[in-house]
Amino acid sequence: MAAADRQRPPFVAMLRDSALAAVVAALLAVPLLGVRLVDNASGLTLDRRLPLVLYAAAAVFAGRLLLSLAGRYLAPSLRGMTASLPGMPRNSLVIFGWVLVAAALLLPWMPFAERNLIDKLTLILIYVMLGWGLNIVVGLAGLLDLGYVAFYAIGAYAYALLSMHFGLSFWICLPLAGLIAAMFGIALGFPVLRLRGDYLAIVTLGFGEIIRVVLLNWQAVTNGPNGITGIERPTLFGLSFSRAADGPTFAGFFGIEYAPAQRVYFLYYLILALAMLTTLFAQRIRRLPTGRAWEALREDEIACRSLGMNPVTVKLSAFAIGASFAGLAGSFFATRQGFISPESFSFIESATILAIVVLGGMGSQIGIVLAAVLLVGLPEWFRDLAEYRMLVFGGAMVLIMLWRPQGLLSRREPTVLLDPKPASAEATVP
Amino acid sequence: MTIDIFLQQLVNGLTLGAFYGLIALGYTMVYGIIGMINFAHGDIYMIGAFVALIGFVVLSTIGVVSVPLAILIVLVMAMFFTACYGWAVERIAYRPLRGSPRLAPLISAIGMSIVLQNYVQIAQGARTKSLQPIVNGQYSIDVGNGAHVTVSLLQIIIIVLTVALMAGFTWVIRSTPLGRAQRATEQDATMAALLGVNVNRTISITFVIGASLAAVAGMMATLYYGVIDFYIGFIAGIKAFTAAVLGGIGSLPGAMLGGLAIGLIESFWPVFFDLAYRDVAVFGVLILVLIFRPTGLLGRPEIEKV
Repeated sequence: MAAADRQRPPFVAMLRDSALAAVVAALLAVPLLGVRLVDNASGLTLDRRLPLVLYAAAAVFAGRLLLSLAGRYLAPSLRGMTASLPGMPRNSLVIFGWVLVAAALLLPWMPFAERNLIDKLTLILIYVMLGWGLNIVVGLAGLLDLGYVAFYAIGAYAYALLSMHFGLSFWICLPLAGLIAAMFGIALGFPVLRLRGDYLAIVTLGFGEIIRVVLLNWQAVTNGPNGITGIERPTLFGLSFSRAADGPTFAGFFGIEYAPAQRVYFLYYLILALAMLTTLFAQRIRRLPTGRAWEALREDEIACRSLGMNPVTVKLSAFAIGASFAGLAGSFFATRQGFISPESFSFIESATILAIVVLGGMGSQIGIVLAAVLLVGLPEWFRDLAEYRMLVFGGAMVLIMLWRPQGLLSRREPTVLLDPKPASAEATVP
Repeated sequence: MTIDIFLQQLVNGLTLGAFYGLIALGYTMVYGIIGMINFAHGDIYMIGAFVALIGFVVLSTIGVVSVPLAILIVLVMAMFFTACYGWAVERIAYRPLRGSPRLAPLISAIGMSIVLQNYVQIAQGARTKSLQPIVNGQYSIDVGNGAHVTVSLLQIIIIVLTVALMAGFTWVIRSTPLGRAQRATEQDATMAALLGVNVNRTISITFVIGASLAAVAGMMATLYYGVIDFYIGFIAGIKAFTAAVLGGIGSLPGAMLGGLAIGLIESFWPVFFDLAYRDVAVFGVLILVLIFRPTGLLGRPEIEKV
């Protein structure tokens, strides 16, 4: 396509372009959408569905035409709108963040907050926390980790096994699970962290699969594919959230009527606290030497090495800290579900968490919240779509990436920069 | 391990290695030319398998009985349609992202992989599809002491076809204008563009070639295993990518060698150890190789400059 007619496509060129796209769509649709394999007693037969091919072609034609029309007549104003997003001053983002936190704290007291909504928000918050944790590894330290879910799984199983075999309570297991996940992070990271970016990605992906396969097959410890059931529920300073328990119950202690929703609300506040812990930790550590070292290493590894930094220990600290937050989130997941199995820790979870970090705009804490709501929240609300849900999920991932390749709210610049001399300062230099 | 078991597993491993090698070529070429992990490539292979299966059913419905003819027609058909998918995926999900942050195309690729999987699941149903064996012959070779090694005709076809494709492919890359353009783009896309190479078209062709090789692997899987579903692309893709990394990503002979290595590990592992942990072995070997040779078996060490 010549550059000239790309810039200002006349209507005819648009039509031709759309027709071409429709032909390609029809070609793509013919073998897979146009015929459907049907199992019969005599073997496979074919069910012809050629109208579907026509629908697909027509849809692509119309969509392509609309897109190019919109691109011509609406693009300038749209571009203005989206360009204003990253231009928001940092302060207003911080204020917006605290408003979000306040809203999250007050939400359960609102009249419209039924149990279902709180439950879904709890799920979203788990992913927000995982996103914030992974952001330490990917966003701050620049290490591409495709097997983050492994540490999440380790945290979940660590809690389940510790509480089952040693009768430890949730509050003792929680830090232990984080610690164990961090130890696994160090054990994996130590040999592989000197690899370059994409090699690291595939090794972490492989590690994630190894953990899943081991969980699936180590019957004696993990109970294999059946998973672990009856995981102990958390307590609030020893007050349990059940109707009747050996010890004091929450409802009994405060003299209020028992309601199953109380646990839901408690879990919501618990994950909110854990997530806040993650983000506040990340915000603080960015200003400490460790965090500065991560960002410096991400920007230029060779420069860092020549300044005497040891890249392996710096990366290892990021990897271990990221892993420990996944471990904490994992034990929360285990205690919320009361049941875990290897199925919950497949690669798609790693991909979702990474997508949340990248879509959010790496390094942006609020962007991650938005991305988690988009990727985890929306599909939850659209459960009616049933089998189309994952199709929409994947499509959304592609479309958001195409729309904003740098993420919803991009903030990847280093926290500290050399003093950017204003123009006036330069003028004063003799 | 007796000699007959050794030879038998060697034959099986070579067959398996042919699959992984063919898929790995697609990964390594794309990585070489635009530096991205094409996560959807495993699903392109899955689409190839489905198109091939549908092709076989279509041919048997219209009454083509000659097996070699059927295989040939299905091969061409699967390569063509799958190449269309490879081209479309690049055009839709990767080309607009050229020059954006490094992780953007990766996420887009993961999204595309999810889309393709679910598209096939919805269009063709979630249940596994099975095909009656079409190629049946097998040969029993006496290796002494009354021990036998069985080599099926299909295994011979697979290995011969793979070797032929790889030889042809190596020739294309080494000594045609297309291959030159590709290597030039790989080394320096901007410079290649300045010298008159159509970079966008070269990248598209890379995806088309990768997808058609994956389609061949898909057709062979349909014939060899006889059972496919919409999920086969994921694990095959991960292992083929592992093969590409093992061989040294960006290196074409490396991808073939890596595929072979993965195939042999997979076929020899169950002889000694628990089958359930086979995937652990594959990734374990990958981690070990990368620790001692961080650029893979045949990869060239990258010289880092400031």
